[in-house]
Order: sequence, then C-alpha cells, then structure tokens
Amino acid sequence: MNRYLERHRNIADFALSSLMRRKGKNISLLLVYTLVVFIIASVLFFIHALKHEAALILKDAPDMVVQRLVAGRQDLIPAGYGDKIASIRGVSEVTPRLWGYYFDAAVGANYTMMTAELQGPEPEKIIIGNGVARVRRLAAGDIMTFRAYDGKTSLLQVQSVLPYESEIAASDLVIMHEADFRLLFNFPAKEATDLAVKVRNPSEISTVAAKIVKQLPDARPILKSEILRTYDSIFDWRGGMIIVILAMALLSFIIFAWDKATGLSAEERKEIGILKSIGWETADVLLLKFWEGTAISLSAFLSGVILAYGHVFFFSASLFEPALKGWAVLYPEFRLTPAVDAYQLAVLFFLTVLPYTFTTIIPSWRAATVDPDAAMRS
Amino acid sequence: MRNSTIFFAFVAVGVILFATLMLHSQRALLQSEKMLVANGNLVGSLRLTDLCLFTEARYTRHPAVADVHSAFQDHPMALDHFPSGSLVTPPRFRNEGP
Repeated sequence: MNRYLERHRNIADFALSSLMRRKGKNISLLLVYTLVVFIIASVLFFIHALKHEAALILKDAPDMVVQRLVAGRQDLIPAGYGDKIASIRGVSEVTPRLWGYYFDAAVGANYTMMTAELQGPEPEKIIIGNGVARVRRLAAGDIMTFRAYDGKTSLLQVQSVLPYESEIAASDLVIMHEADFRLLFNFPAKEATDLAVKVRNPSEISTVAAKIVKQLPDARPILKSEILRTYDSIFDWRGGMIIVILAMALLSFIIFAWDKATGLSAEERKEIGILKSIGWETADVLLLKFWEGTAISLSAFLSGVILAYGHVFFFSASLFEPALKGWAVLYPEFRLTPAVDAYQLAVLFFLTVLPYTFTTIIPSWRAATVDPDAAMRS
Repeated sequence: MRNSTIFFAFVAVGVILFATLMLHSQRALLQSEKMLVANGNLVGSLRLTDLCLFTEARYTRHPAVADVHSAFQDHPMALDHFPSGSLVTPPRFRNEGP
C-alpha cells in the first residue's frame, strides 16, 4: 500500500514540477479556469438561494388574486366582482387589494403604494419600507410629501419603517390608509386594483378559478401555485443574461478541451519521449498527465467555489449588482440565506473537473504509445 | 518540502474551508428561520404576491401579476429595454383561456 502511495506521490511531485516549469502558461490557465468556475458557481448559488427564499416567503401569499382585463390590460375591478366571487362555493374570503405605483421625481425612484387592512397605519400616516427610508433619508416621525393626482401636495407622516430584514419583500412599499390612498390617486370608490381570494380547501383552488372565469369572462385569476412557479422560473437558464453567462462558460470549457485534445506541444512530446526512453511505462506517463490535469482542475474548482460562496453570501453578489439594479434607483439591499444545493455542486464538479482531466490524458496516451526515439526527434 | 506535500496541503485546506462553508450554510439556514417566518407573515398580512427584487419596471417588480405579454405591453413592437427584463421570464401558465 505504502509503495503504491509513494509511487503516486513521486509522480505527483514530478507532475507539479513539470507544471512549474511552464509557470506563466499554467498560472494563467488556472486563473481563467478559476474565474469560469467562480462565475458559474456564483450564478448557481445566487439562483438557488433566491428560489429557496422566494418559496418560503411566498408560501403565505394569497390563494388566488383575481384581476380584471380590459383590452388585454389589467384594469380596476369593481366591488361587485368580489360579491360574485364570494358567492362561489368554497371561497371563504374575498379582500379587495388597493395598490399601485408612485414615481418620486425628487429621487427618480418608483414606490409600490398600497393599503393594509391589518396592522395598517392610521389616517394621514404611512409605514414605509427600508429602501424608501434609505433613498429619502427618512425615519419614524418624519413627514413625506407626495404629489396628488390634481397636483396638490399631500403630507403624510412616517409612522414606522419596516425592518431591514424585510427588504426582500417590502423594500419599496409605502403603506397608507385607504382614505389617503383614494384621495392621493383619485381612486374610484367601490373599485379595487385586484381581489385577494381565500379558498377553504387548497385542492379546490383550480376549480374555483375555473368557476370565476366562467362567471366573469373578463376576470383573470392568478393562483398561488402560479405565483410560486413564477419565482421558480425566474432566472431561468433560457433567460437572456443567464444563457449568455452559461454560453460563455461553456465556450471557455470547449476552448480548454480543444487546446488539450488537439495535441501536445513539441516540448511536451519531447518530455514524454525522454521519460519513455529512461524507462517510464505508458501507464506512468498517463498517471503523470492525470496528476497534471487534477492539480489544475481541482485547484480551480475549490478556489472558484469558495470564492463564489463568499461573493454571493458575504458580499451580496456585488458583481451581479449592475445587472440586477438595471435602471432602478431604489434597489433592495438584502443578504441571501446561504442555501446550497449539493446536487448542483456535484454537477458542477463533474462538468468542470472530470472533462478537463480526461482531455489531458487522451493526447498524452497517443504521444506515449509512439516510439520514444520518434517522439524525441519530432 | 516536496511539491506534492504543498499541493495536498492546499487541497486539504480547500476541502476544510469548503466543508466549513457548508456548515456555515446549515447554521445560517437555521438562524434565518425566524426572519423568513416574519417575512412570510408580512406577505400574508399585506397579501403580497411578489418579492421586491427589481423596481425599475412594473412587470419586473410584480412579475407574478404582470400582463401576459409583459415585454410588449406598451405597444406591439416595444422591445424590452430594462436590463432586469432579461432576467425575469415572462409569465407562462394562466387560467384566463377558455
């Protein structure tokens, strides 16, 4: 056993010395390889953690949201629709939701304005998300000004600021009393933005949705399962930027593999020829190349994955920030819970470490099987 | 010191660091439970449908309740010009069909 291990160590020693002889080439290869693993691992960590968090947070979302469509666009829904829906068997509660958007010209940010029945603010007061407080530098007790539909200024006092931990769900929220909301936007009475529907038996949600569409053909029910599915398909690999990142990574690996599979340099061929002429077996040469490939790919994999973990979970994926922010002024600051999918990591390992290691062996095997004299002369 | 010793030490440090990060992940998941429950309650009490990830366009702020042809909602040839539009897939599914 010791002899077997010692043989491997000796060959590993030689492989590492051989790599160090071509220091510049191999270090640059290692850096690029690490960068590719880092990018793929960062994307995988970020997407999985976000999906994990979305599934847990949105499990308390309404069973169903019913919108009204006019000419293919969402329109205000009359209170009468709520009464009709409430009369459907299986529906336990229908709550009108009043919400919309407000563009704050002072900072150029968009807020989500909404009302809250439970634990909502008092009239002429608002509860704001942490993101709104940050961009407007507001704290509890401060006054926030809004420009109403008729151009008049509306002054509302900040009752409280939602905690930092809630940024992923409520960073841009401005929650106000229903009367203030209707006054600010001249929102028609007895109409709502949409309706939140609670169904007694979760297995009947789709049946209730079908009944709603039958009774109210211009209604559009959105089920909780569809809301959850939206966030499951967010950052889908077919999406624009994600496919660009994955395609770049795939092309990099093809270039690595192509470089290795198309053959060895004259210097490497000569080295193999010399090794064979001094008594190395073909199996020893293959083992040498296996250790060279393993040293590069394993180092790149470990470094790339560790750096990606730090990037996503300790530095809030700061490199992705420009893409995620887009043109938005108000950007939620949140630290994702580090949920790591072992299956994805295993796939990443098998896709990065193994192909590279094997592509280093194949040309070496071809070089190692020719006559040493011919290999040295070539 | 032999080259292989340095390499194996590097790999061992890497594996230990990797294992520590996996343990950190498990611990952080347990610690964040309270925060996730609080956020879940907030979503439940305000009847929210979406996470606040992108605030630049209404169909990326609320992708779950966005129009079906979100990217073309302004007019038929209006291509998506928001960067986050390339990260958020348009809503599929839907019950509004016959």
